[in-house]
Amino acid sequence: MTKEYKTITEISGPLMFLEKTEPVGYGELVHINLPDGTTKRGQVLDTSADVVAVQVFEGTGGLNEESGVVFSGETIKLPVSKDMLGRILSGSGEPLDGGPRIVPEDRVDVNGASMNPYSRMPPEDFIQTGISTIDGTNTLVRGQKLPIFSGSGLPHNEIALQIARQAKVPGSEEPFAVVFAAMGITNEEAQYFMEDFEKTGALERAVVFLNLADDPAVERIITPRMALTAAEYLAYEHDMHVLVILTDITNYCEALRQMGAAREEVPGRRGYPGYMYTDLASLYERAGVIKGRKGSVTQFSILTMPGDDITHPIPDLSGYITEGQIVVSRELHMKGIYPPINVLPSLSRLMNSGIGDGKTRDDHKAVSDQMYAGYAEGRDLRGLVAIVGKEALSDRDQKILEFADLFEDRFVRQGRDEDRSIEDTLQVGWDILSELPEALLTRIDNKYIDKYHPAHKSN
Amino acid sequence: MKGEIYRVAGPVVTIMGIKPKMYDVVHVGHEGLMGEVIRIEGDKATVQVYEDTSGIKPGEPVVNTGMSLSVELGPGLLESIYDGIQRPLKVLQEKMGDFIDRGVTANGLDRERVWEFKPTVSSGDSVTGGQTIGVVQETENVEHKIMMPPTVSGTVEEIKSGKFKVDETVCVLTDGTEVSMMQKWPVRMPRPVEKKFIPRKPLITGQRILDGLFPVAKGGTAAIPGPFGSGKTVTQQQLAKWSDTDIVVYIGCGERGNEMADVLNEFPELQDPKTGRPLMERTVLIANTSNMPVAAREASVYTGITIAEYYRDMGYDVSLMADSSSRWAEAMREISSRLEEMPGEEGYPAYLSARLSEFYERAGAVKSLAAEEGSITVIGAVSPPGGDFSEPVTQNTLRIVKVFWALDAKLAQRRHFPSIDWLTSYSLYTQGLSDWFAENVAPDWVPLRDHAMDLLQQESELQEIVQLVGSDALPEDQQLVLEICRMLREYFLQQNAFHPVDTYCPFDKQYKLLKAISKYSDMAQASLEAGIPMKDILSIESKDELAKVKFEENFDDALNVVMEKMDKEFAALGGN
Ligand SMILES: Nc1ncnc2c1ncn2[C@@H]1O[C@H](COP(=O)(O)OP(=O)(O)O)[C@@H](O)[C@H]1O
Ligand SMILES: [Mg+2]
Repeated sequence: MTKEYKTITEISGPLMFLEKTEPVGYGELVHINLPDGTTKRGQVLDTSADVVAVQVFEGTGGLNEESGVVFSGETIKLPVSKDMLGRILSGSGEPLDGGPRIVPEDRVDVNGASMNPYSRMPPEDFIQTGISTIDGTNTLVRGQKLPIFSGSGLPHNEIALQIARQAKVPGSEEPFAVVFAAMGITNEEAQYFMEDFEKTGALERAVVFLNLADDPAVERIITPRMALTAAEYLAYEHDMHVLVILTDITNYCEALRQMGAAREEVPGRRGYPGYMYTDLASLYERAGVIKGRKGSVTQFSILTMPGDDITHPIPDLSGYITEGQIVVSRELHMKGIYPPINVLPSLSRLMNSGIGDGKTRDDHKAVSDQMYAGYAEGRDLRGLVAIVGKEALSDRDQKILEFADLFEDRFVRQGRDEDRSIEDTLQVGWDILSELPEALLTRIDNKYIDKYHPAHKSN
Repeated sequence: MKGEIYRVAGPVVTIMGIKPKMYDVVHVGHEGLMGEVIRIEGDKATVQVYEDTSGIKPGEPVVNTGMSLSVELGPGLLESIYDGIQRPLKVLQEKMGDFIDRGVTANGLDRERVWEFKPTVSSGDSVTGGQTIGVVQETENVEHKIMMPPTVSGTVEEIKSGKFKVDETVCVLTDGTEVSMMQKWPVRMPRPVEKKFIPRKPLITGQRILDGLFPVAKGGTAAIPGPFGSGKTVTQQQLAKWSDTDIVVYIGCGERGNEMADVLNEFPELQDPKTGRPLMERTVLIANTSNMPVAAREASVYTGITIAEYYRDMGYDVSLMADSSSRWAEAMREISSRLEEMPGEEGYPAYLSARLSEFYERAGAVKSLAAEEGSITVIGAVSPPGGDFSEPVTQNTLRIVKVFWALDAKLAQRRHFPSIDWLTSYSLYTQGLSDWFAENVAPDWVPLRDHAMDLLQQESELQEIVQLVGSDALPEDQQLVLEICRMLREYFLQQNAFHPVDTYCPFDKQYKLLKAISKYSDMAQASLEAGIPMKDILSIESKDELAKVKFEENFDDALNVVMEKMDKEFAALGGN
């Protein structure tokens, strides 16, 4: 049936070039048989009547002109089934846990077609993560893509796991699952996640894709696509609410850069390909809720900012696509605050649709806005105090300065297993806001002050 | 004529065997994917394909339509949501489900829908290109003028009246030319007009910092650059919701799907402040989100502006929002790099600046061929990498547009919204619109506004001193300036787009708010001169209460209560 070609003319980095083939489709999956009997897989990047360029997922090590190349005639597909839950697969979808091959219910193109914006249902179901700086001030909703922007050595993994453990939609018992995709993280980090999943029983409801640091970088380009394909399948065919954790997006982008360089493309900013925005969008945009379907795909990915620089192309392009970001701060971490989330550069763009009366509480937005304003001003004042001393501050400013400390100490700081309900979170908010003179609460409607301010409310 | 595919590399396909013209639309492959010829070289031509090319092989057939990329113009555009090449997303959903498949064509205008056509010319009349020959009530408040195609003129032989579909003939000329309610226009070519005017009227947006400090004129151009999360989209949506414009064309160019879904959800529910009708009835949406094909993203802004021109020609004031023009520029860059063109600055093609100015040049206040006065206001969001305004798209845009709304990440972080930096933003229309403001808002509006701007400038200088010595070290009159500026920022400039009342602020209310702050300022000044301690002036309660009047449903009453209290409080202090 399918023909094997031995017409490789050039091998360079992760790429190989072939000649004299029958017409080959763009994006086709390619099987490569090495002289030593092993096989590799690749994908067609450029195809013409004269030459075909293939990127080889497992790297081109061991390839030579003797290698046989078979074109599969189709794009890369993932065999999907509900039985994937509880399984651990490689970054390209092969079982790693010694279990049987997945008996597919379907085979789905991993690139995923774009969701018609007309079919999207604006996400609005509040997910309680139990973490105040998220629930209170950067609320996550079902179907959102909200990454953690972190830095090396910061506790982003702990935060992600705490969220995976605690996340729930209050009052809802609908089935949910976790899809976890590791891209270029270390074995140790991966173990850390796996152990936690096992301990909490989450593994039974999880599909794990592992591409570790010592796995080929090119494979990383398909790992997240495999994971998202599995997630969409569980969400839209099996009505599950799926939380997708992709880590680390930075490693993924490095792989993209490497591929771009191998293809001798004109590089964009800091050497990353000019199409990185579009490429990242093809991952992030695969979150959402579809009208008339029960499941949803929520993305909570991890991205370590090189040099803690939020303007670096990786966090920058991500921030332009995702629906906000949770920023982990080295400064707060050094102060011993867990979770060290700096709310100021953090944002949840879908917060407004997920909070308020009937969802969380009527005063939620006002409390959040007021805390932001106070904390931002308080932090500025810290800078001033360092120069002119506390005495030079007006009474008003001193109060605000103290508020910033309270905010970090009581609102931000919480235990690794402390699962605060949204009521608890808002209560902490009011407790610290009530330390400010009431005239400073300009962001809060009087009716909420009457209803919730500790000095006013009747009980 | 039939050709075949020679090479496929992502969205760029090389074809051979046919001789197309530049910008011809071709269908490539067995599935007939739509594309546009963007380069011709010897016996080969390069095509940018508007759909995903996975699995497409060399040797597959290519068919040339011989036509340039065009949009269909006629009744039924309003309330539609299109992709970048004017395929209705609703029809695509019906044909292929929730995910966008490929190889599916869909007409921009519904061929089945029937419209009531009322002629405005009679047989024997001579008609020229662009002239109105009849009208259709497209939505409750928009009368759609059926115009002759700009290139057709003659004498009316027969004109019909009654119910027709868009492609049925409603008018026949003596030379046999048949005219229907629908015309096609190539998107890359501006529609002709009689003449252009200097814009003289403001676009009233109900956003205090825009109307008050940096107004844009109807027919003008504005850019709103800012890093992610600084408020580009919210501002554009606010403009789409509240501007006193007749028609809105909103282009989601390479941005989020959920944002478009949000607009689709919200606009039918919200009321046009001018007519009380659902906003959707005056809106056309173009959604080519970031995960949709990049070539169609490049086309989407042209599709949008052509539709805007069409309504302008009927005599309407149209506003067009492009969110984000940077994604359009990047689409150009991506295609250019696949063509292996010589890159210019930061990899953008050398023609970036030319394309941007050609686009913004399609804005303007005009007299159309139909002898109507209409306008297109273009507002482009710009997404500079790392928030750095020195990059090519921002810089090239600023050379063209007349209004610059500079978003600032620091303001956004402290939740000062809209995060428009009042120190670096500008409007070149401010002077030209002064007469209009004096006549239509209040005679003292302009001096009030100029004074506020002046104080805000002073504040930034004073802040530098405060950073060194603390505010207590400042003389009292300067402390007062700081306080007035805080009020200007918090009570006037800050405006919450998500507050049911504050989201839209009529001019009258803007004026009264500014006037109230100015009144406190005057009285405080007088008290200070009368030797009253600063501490007492600052602890006036009504001053703090003024913070919340903008949120009151019954603004006038609330303001009166506060201002009366202010009079009393100052009187009690003695100085006034
Ligand atoms: N005028 C405003 N009022 C209230 N909130 C705003 C306003 N403008 C922006 N925001 C907040 O900032 C967030 C980011 O704004 P957005 O317009 O999406 O930014 P950008 O398009 O520049 O990335 C919004 O989700 C919203 O929470
Ligand atoms: Mg935006």
